[in-house]
Amino acid sequence: MLGWELPPHNSGGLGVACLNLSRALARDGASIDFVVPYTAEHEEIEFMNVLSATNLDPLFRYGVGAYDTKYVDAALIPESGQNHIQKVSIRKIQQDYCKFVEDYLMEYKPDVVHAHDWLTFEAGILAKKNYGIPLIAHVHATEYDRSGMNGGNKLVHEIEREGLLLADKIIAVSKATKNIIVKKYHIPAEKISVVYNSLDEDFIKSTYTYDDQDYKYLETMKHFGYTIVSTVGRFTIQKGLGILMRAAARAISKNPKLIFVFAGDGEQRQELLELSAKYKIAKNVVFTGFVRGKKLRDIYQVSDIFVMSSISEPFGLTALEAAHHGDVLILTKQSGVSEVIRHAFEYDFWDEEKLADEIVAVSKSKALKNTLKRGISEEYHKISWQDVAKKVEKLYNEVDKHKEFC
Amino acid sequence: MRAICLYLHIHQPWRYRRYSIFDVAHNHNYWYEKDYYDKQNNERIFKKVAEKSYHPMLDLLEKNLKRYPEFKVSLSITGTWLEQAMEWDPTLISQISRMLTTGQVEIVGETYYHSLSFFYDKIEFESQVKLHSDTIARLFGIRPRVFRNTEFAYNDELGKWADQIGYKAVLAEGWDKVLGWRSPNHVYKVAGGTRTRLLLKNYRLSDDIAFRFSDRNWKEWPLTAEKFQNWLNMDALRGNLINLFMDFETFGENVWEDTGIFDFMDQLIYMWLKEYDNKFVTVSEAADLEQPVDEISMPQTVTWADTERDLTAWTGNEMQQEALSTLYAMKPRIIATGNTDLLNDWRRLTTSDHAYYMCTKYWSDGDVHAYFSPFDSPFDAFMYYMNVIRDFEWRIEATSQNLKSAAEL
Repeated sequence: MLGWELPPHNSGGLGVACLNLSRALARDGASIDFVVPYTAEHEEIEFMNVLSATNLDPLFRYGVGAYDTKYVDAALIPESGQNHIQKVSIRKIQQDYCKFVEDYLMEYKPDVVHAHDWLTFEAGILAKKNYGIPLIAHVHATEYDRSGMNGGNKLVHEIEREGLLLADKIIAVSKATKNIIVKKYHIPAEKISVVYNSLDEDFIKSTYTYDDQDYKYLETMKHFGYTIVSTVGRFTIQKGLGILMRAAARAISKNPKLIFVFAGDGEQRQELLELSAKYKIAKNVVFTGFVRGKKLRDIYQVSDIFVMSSISEPFGLTALEAAHHGDVLILTKQSGVSEVIRHAFEYDFWDEEKLADEIVAVSKSKALKNTLKRGISEEYHKISWQDVAKKVEKLYNEVDKHKEFC
Repeated sequence: MRAICLYLHIHQPWRYRRYSIFDVAHNHNYWYEKDYYDKQNNERIFKKVAEKSYHPMLDLLEKNLKRYPEFKVSLSITGTWLEQAMEWDPTLISQISRMLTTGQVEIVGETYYHSLSFFYDKIEFESQVKLHSDTIARLFGIRPRVFRNTEFAYNDELGKWADQIGYKAVLAEGWDKVLGWRSPNHVYKVAGGTRTRLLLKNYRLSDDIAFRFSDRNWKEWPLTAEKFQNWLNMDALRGNLINLFMDFETFGENVWEDTGIFDFMDQLIYMWLKEYDNKFVTVSEAADLEQPVDEISMPQTVTWADTERDLTAWTGNEMQQEALSTLYAMKPRIIATGNTDLLNDWRRLTTSDHAYYMCTKYWSDGDVHAYFSPFDSPFDAFMYYMNVIRDFEWRIEATSQNLKSAAEL
């Protein structure tokens, strides 16, 4: 399996999905070598071999590559263990990653190579071309998603296209993603299977106790009848946060007892701050900065409503996490997660009026809030990772001549 | 002697449009969606159903009424349907008028607004029944003598009410759990009543036509008039009166023309009447067909919906309960304004279809076919409904302030 990150050395959902999928496959008896482009301890991972392609530090803290492709050629990542600090680019790491995979394949011949997103597609292509090993290309996000559906990095597009063309089977994390692959990359639909993600098992299992210490202000406001609306993610164009801010202003004009929590960070931070001032709602908007772990879960916990405002969102795992903490969900129709969730409000990402309407409606009606909460609590964990693994194994069997997957 | 009592229900709700919170206090148009192709456009929906169902089925009925003096049919027509027909296709009303002159057609009474007001506000219920009766009298020159409640929602209390008013009969579901070993093919008395009869829907045979006719996975598909005639003959062994009660839209809208539903019905009428001593009866004639064989009691409300035959599709979830209780609680203040436009708008919101759009019973299964609604989700339906109610609140305030300032002058 070719991946770019694994928890805890991850900056987003890609690593979480890779870990959970691998673990479920291993439970079904698959033996997996998982290649990452860095060197770090993965103590908890016993069910597969994690192989390091370079001796770099984990890459997540530089925030480039898996989620942001603007600077793939820029030398941003310091090489450790040197006296003089030399920096390397994503492209350079990818080349080293390919070299590692090439050497690995001299010795080992896996039944299937499963590559996650464009970063590892070149290495997957290599296995396919040189050794005829069946290639599964797993698409968690395309360059179109990362660039808010316009433009994007040409080189990345090219790598994606080649990987998708040469792959024996493609896994898309939603119908929305499948449509992009068909329409933008001109890949026949028959080759693409939709396999939805599930909620992180570690997230569900880990013990979490809420104390109202971190967000005391929000707790107090709730006590005074305020409704807390939150969103979590990188502040990039893909996330449609400007529209959420405009909708917030409109909603507040109908119900002043609303507080919007923007949890995360990114290039749009400044813009969002300015917008909140321009619309004169700064007092109702809270920026938390980048949060993870307990602080993130506290936000889910304190919130009444979670909004996923993405212009395009291949899946959107954070929505399931918020549901786990009892939030009412409002999702754009363009998000993959809205394809599996029934008990949620939906809107088209540009429709700020409907979004505002929905926020006001939930904040003003207990009956509506309860119905949505109860409904989603019964459905958010309907799909397990074991179900996901079963679908993936079926695809393995279709491409692998030995047919030894259950 | 064996008789079929064919009864068809004609109704269209006034669907409210996607009425935003930003419309409240600015725009009081709830019923007319500007975009003709929008899912809530009442005019488009009415004209579509008129073309597919109302016209061809009324033509078929009228043709058979002329051809066979023994052919009879009963119709219930809601006030909201009549309003829309007058607006967009008045020939439908004149055709029904013409059919009534044959004396072979009967109109059944109900609430004007197709509401569940009986369960929320008895005075409002009686007002709506009277409004319906007056409208039928004005348009067609007759008054209904047989009653049906919205969604066939029946209980003993309703039976007693009908008995006091003096209705000849009430229509209800012939539900096994109520009937036990008894057959729906007889005339019954309402519990504790003196004169009012109960006519019970033969749901198996009715649903063979209404729900299963077009189902290709049904083992009896395709259903021919010959086969159905055999079933009628068999069923008549347990009573001579077969009550085929269904939605008018079954013909052409729910079951499409290309399934052969119209030809089936045409043939069935011919074949049934061809046999010796067979006839059709209207609902009033059915009530007089025989002495009641027994009294039927339904302490719990029984409807013609779902396998549960209860009201949960309309009042089962918290949103529906909140929407309906908020709506009915406003009534005294609506009346106090003396504003008839506002009262009419308020009454249009009592139509039961709106509560059905908020039903979440089948929502989790993702079965879109079980969710008949012009809205994307039950949550959307609830949200826009409550926005309309907010506008009612605003209009009540606005009107009462006007009244106050008028009083000050």
